[in-house]
Amino acid sequence: MCGIVGLFLKDKALEPQLGALLTDMLITMTDRGPDSAGIAIYGNEDRAASKLTVQAEDGDTAFDGLADRLGAAIDGEVSLSRNDTHAVLTVPAGKAEAARAALREIAPDVRIMSFGDTLEIYKEVGLPKDVADRFGLSSMSGTHGIGHTRMATESAVTTLGAHPFNTGSDQCLVHNGSLSNHNSLRRKLQREGIHIETQNDTEVGAAYLTWKMQNGATLGEALEASLDDLDGFFNFVVGTKDGFGVVRDPIACKPAVMAETDQYVAFGSEYRALVNLPGIENARVWEPEPATVYFWTHAEASNPNKKAA
Amino acid sequence: MQTYDLQANSLRELNAALHAQTADTNQTAWEIVNPRGSHAIAVGLDAPIEVEVKGSTGYYCAGMNKQATVHVHGSAGPGVAENMMSGTVVIEGDASQYAGATGHGGLLVIKGNASSRCGISMKGIDIVVHGNVGHMSAFMAQSGNLVVCGDAGDALGDSIYEARLFVRGSVKSLGADCIEKEMRPEHLDILRDLLERAGSDAKPEEFKRYGSARQLYNFKVDNAY
Repeated sequence: MCGIVGLFLKDKALEPQLGALLTDMLITMTDRGPDSAGIAIYGNEDRAASKLTVQAEDGDTAFDGLADRLGAAIDGEVSLSRNDTHAVLTVPAGKAEAARAALREIAPDVRIMSFGDTLEIYKEVGLPKDVADRFGLSSMSGTHGIGHTRMATESAVTTLGAHPFNTGSDQCLVHNGSLSNHNSLRRKLQREGIHIETQNDTEVGAAYLTWKMQNGATLGEALEASLDDLDGFFNFVVGTKDGFGVVRDPIACKPAVMAETDQYVAFGSEYRALVNLPGIENARVWEPEPATVYFWTHAEASNPNKKAA
Repeated sequence: MQTYDLQANSLRELNAALHAQTADTNQTAWEIVNPRGSHAIAVGLDAPIEVEVKGSTGYYCAGMNKQATVHVHGSAGPGVAENMMSGTVVIEGDASQYAGATGHGGLLVIKGNASSRCGISMKGIDIVVHGNVGHMSAFMAQSGNLVVCGDAGDALGDSIYEARLFVRGSVKSLGADCIEKEMRPEHLDILRDLLERAGSDAKPEEFKRYGSARQLYNFKVDNAY
């Protein structure tokens, strides 16, 4: 069992409240997933900069001087903003990929949680409330975000086993369910040269989407293909720079509720997670159909059936 | 009328108060406000009382119900009226998966749509859905009636034992051992009665009946309808 929450804002006036709304939703889902929690938040774009979220066991040592070393490695100005066990590295626009590669060389003890232009991912073990508090999630603003509360069934309770997972530039995935063919799929993806770090099933699901997209699939196509290639139970919620998507396996035994108003589209594992959203009394509330890819974007140009960059 | 606010008071207190009602209680009308998707609201009731829930509920609302009438003025989460024995449960909105699962008796009315596995393993309950039902509905159904005024999803009545399935709209696909059957006068009578009790103005003649081909399980004549 796990809990998923997601909020995609249509009304810009709500953007300063995104973190607060998502935090409330996340904490409501504590009894679906008390062992770890995470959030992916899409902030406002700075066209001059890209960014990476990184995590380290010992931030005092790992983050010390990291910005300078990374700046030298990628030949550009880098700044670091620490947030508890995580830090956001701001790099010149378009240098996120290069920074990601450089970090693996110069700081192998630093874990890369996300890279892209607007995405930040924060995740840790512990109660969702405590995780939200340590990162100050409720004061964050942004255009859309996804949260996850984990009750581990397939692998260890660790930071890297927590969700969301980064699947590409500004892309993330959270999962409720359990994949049963993750071992064979992990071996296959590793033979294809995909880097997979843990024994976690969702990481394999994320790596699968990354691999599909590296081979030319759009996010929408990758999600469609996951219905054939992934065995097991899954509700996936994905985030992209401009959008937010949902897909459920054909059996659809994991719960999902959606709500839409003029102000937002929201996802919750249960209706409970949605009850404090503004205007929920008059929202259109429904259950997403099995084996159907849903997607919402701010801009038509970024629909999931178009290739990212 | 007893009014109970679930935002101010605990669910356990509410259910204990409802469980304390006996056959001759004077407190026959209950109203629950601010349900906010809570789990297990009004489960295990066993008294002739009427409970109005003013909002949407989470998992297992009105599970194991006996005698009572539970009316949800909103939508219901997974497993509503699971294992109901008798009484009536009415959902004004939609119901999530496995509504009425394993129910032995009573009437479950869903005014909106029901999602997957509605009436799974039903054992005598009557279920009337005004809208559509999702895939695998009436899976392994053993006895009772499932009435669908809209459409049914994939694999309706898969591995069905003995239960009557009535569908007015389309059936996306039938499950293993489930077939269309002739509608006889006695079936129209059952359907007319159920539609009337469920507040539906659908005509019994508009429905088709589905049931077991009796090839998949070891048939005993005592089970026959």
